[in-house]
Amino acid sequence: MSRDEPVAGGEWRLTRRRAALEVRARMLQALRLFFVSAGYLEVETPARIPAPAPEAHIDAPPSGDWFLQTSPELCMKRLLAAGYGRIFQIAKCYRDGERGDRHLPEFTMLEWYRQAGDYRDLMADCEALLPFVLEALGREAALVYRGERIDLAAPWERLSVAEAFRRFTRLSPEEALWNGCFDERMALDIEPRLGRGRPTFLYDYPAACASLARRKDADPGLAERFELYIAGLEMANGFSELTDVAEQRDRFAQARAERERLGKADYPTAGPFLAALGAMPPAAGIALGVDRLAMLLADADSIDGVVAFVPEDL
Amino acid sequence: MYTASDLRKGLRIKIDNDPYVVTEFNFVKPGKGQALYRCRLRNMINGSQFERTFRSVDTFESADLQEKKMQYLYQEEEKYCFMDNESYEQVFLTREQVGDAVNYLIDNIEAQVLFFEDRPLGVSIANFVDLVVTKADPWAKGDSVTGNQKPVTLQTGYQLLVPTFIEEGEKIRVDTRTGEYLTRVKG
Repeated sequence: MSRDEPVAGGEWRLTRRRAALEVRARMLQALRLFFVSAGYLEVETPARIPAPAPEAHIDAPPSGDWFLQTSPELCMKRLLAAGYGRIFQIAKCYRDGERGDRHLPEFTMLEWYRQAGDYRDLMADCEALLPFVLEALGREAALVYRGERIDLAAPWERLSVAEAFRRFTRLSPEEALWNGCFDERMALDIEPRLGRGRPTFLYDYPAACASLARRKDADPGLAERFELYIAGLEMANGFSELTDVAEQRDRFAQARAERERLGKADYPTAGPFLAALGAMPPAAGIALGVDRLAMLLADADSIDGVVAFVPEDL
Repeated sequence: MYTASDLRKGLRIKIDNDPYVVTEFNFVKPGKGQALYRCRLRNMINGSQFERTFRSVDTFESADLQEKKMQYLYQEEEKYCFMDNESYEQVFLTREQVGDAVNYLIDNIEAQVLFFEDRPLGVSIANFVDLVVTKADPWAKGDSVTGNQKPVTLQTGYQLLVPTFIEEGEKIRVDTRTGEYLTRVKG
């Protein structure tokens, strides 16, 4: 057997992924350089935690009596409350039952938090981050993804959730929530049409869809939450952080009640997080899917193409 | 009984007493929203297709199908003939019923033919099939942007990407579930 001959199919798949894995590695270096240069401190928080943030439709895999994190959010906010003004983390996150062309049950998330900013500052961060990464890769400030050119010159499109429902569906967000079809309309009618030709920030979600985001002063029915879409792909979710402890307790209680209604596992109360929240200054934070960004940069049509191993390879 | 999280390409489920096969499958989940399972389904009896989106709470019965081990004999126009080696009974499948398996049908290959109330509906073959490369261009370094793979044609006419060291006349193993190259086969 010659040396370059793979011994099994998995090894040939690994060989084919090499070009994408090289893009991914350079992208990770560029992401770190961007935040370090902007005065952010890179932190690492535990992947195994006793109490995840309760969310109706995100399931943390149990690990002994504890859980694997679905996001490093709660620990990072405790650091914010302790006076860390600008922090970022690139972390493995785990979500049960999520597997598809854009989902892996273990994936990589980039989260960054900034004191004193709000969700509009995070949008500006995104507008600076992507061109920075492309430049670090020696490429122009535009993506070509699956044959579609995406111009990354700022400003990117800003579209409210209400306007998106008006434009792409026959319902308002409130009607869709009332009918129980908000997620269907979003996934099937709206998301595929966002970020075409240039990235789109979809912003101001109904407060019911944002359990850790701050309500808008001018319209308490809405939360200062946004999602970034590029070429129909959901890339990032950011918001102005909720710092009101009583309201956070209420939102967690609502999410836990919803989980119970759906027959899902309950989580213990995230006590130390709630205790620290009162000391957290006004802040904004965002989570960006690192694998999804790698898909865009490597022009991969599936998330399988930008990781060395998928669960089915193991 | 299946739940929505069992849905995948090739799964056969019963809807209104008819057998359906999932021909396309997509897991979608809008940010923080609930999981949705987008499927394209084909009625295995009349071939009609439609798209439907399921939620995680949806459940399905498996399609009531029988499988019979048969041997592929030959193709005549758009009909593919399979024979039961014990009873010598022969059945014919259409191109559409054969589906992707057409890429791996070499004479006398063993196949599982699916029946619904004595009507042949489809065919599945082993997960791994060894096939001869009948056409492969010699590869010169730097030829391809992908660097380490090249297209070849197999004895069935199927084209796929393989490592550059594979040459004409060699036998390779293909994963019939994904249609991808697995390894070179000696001898």
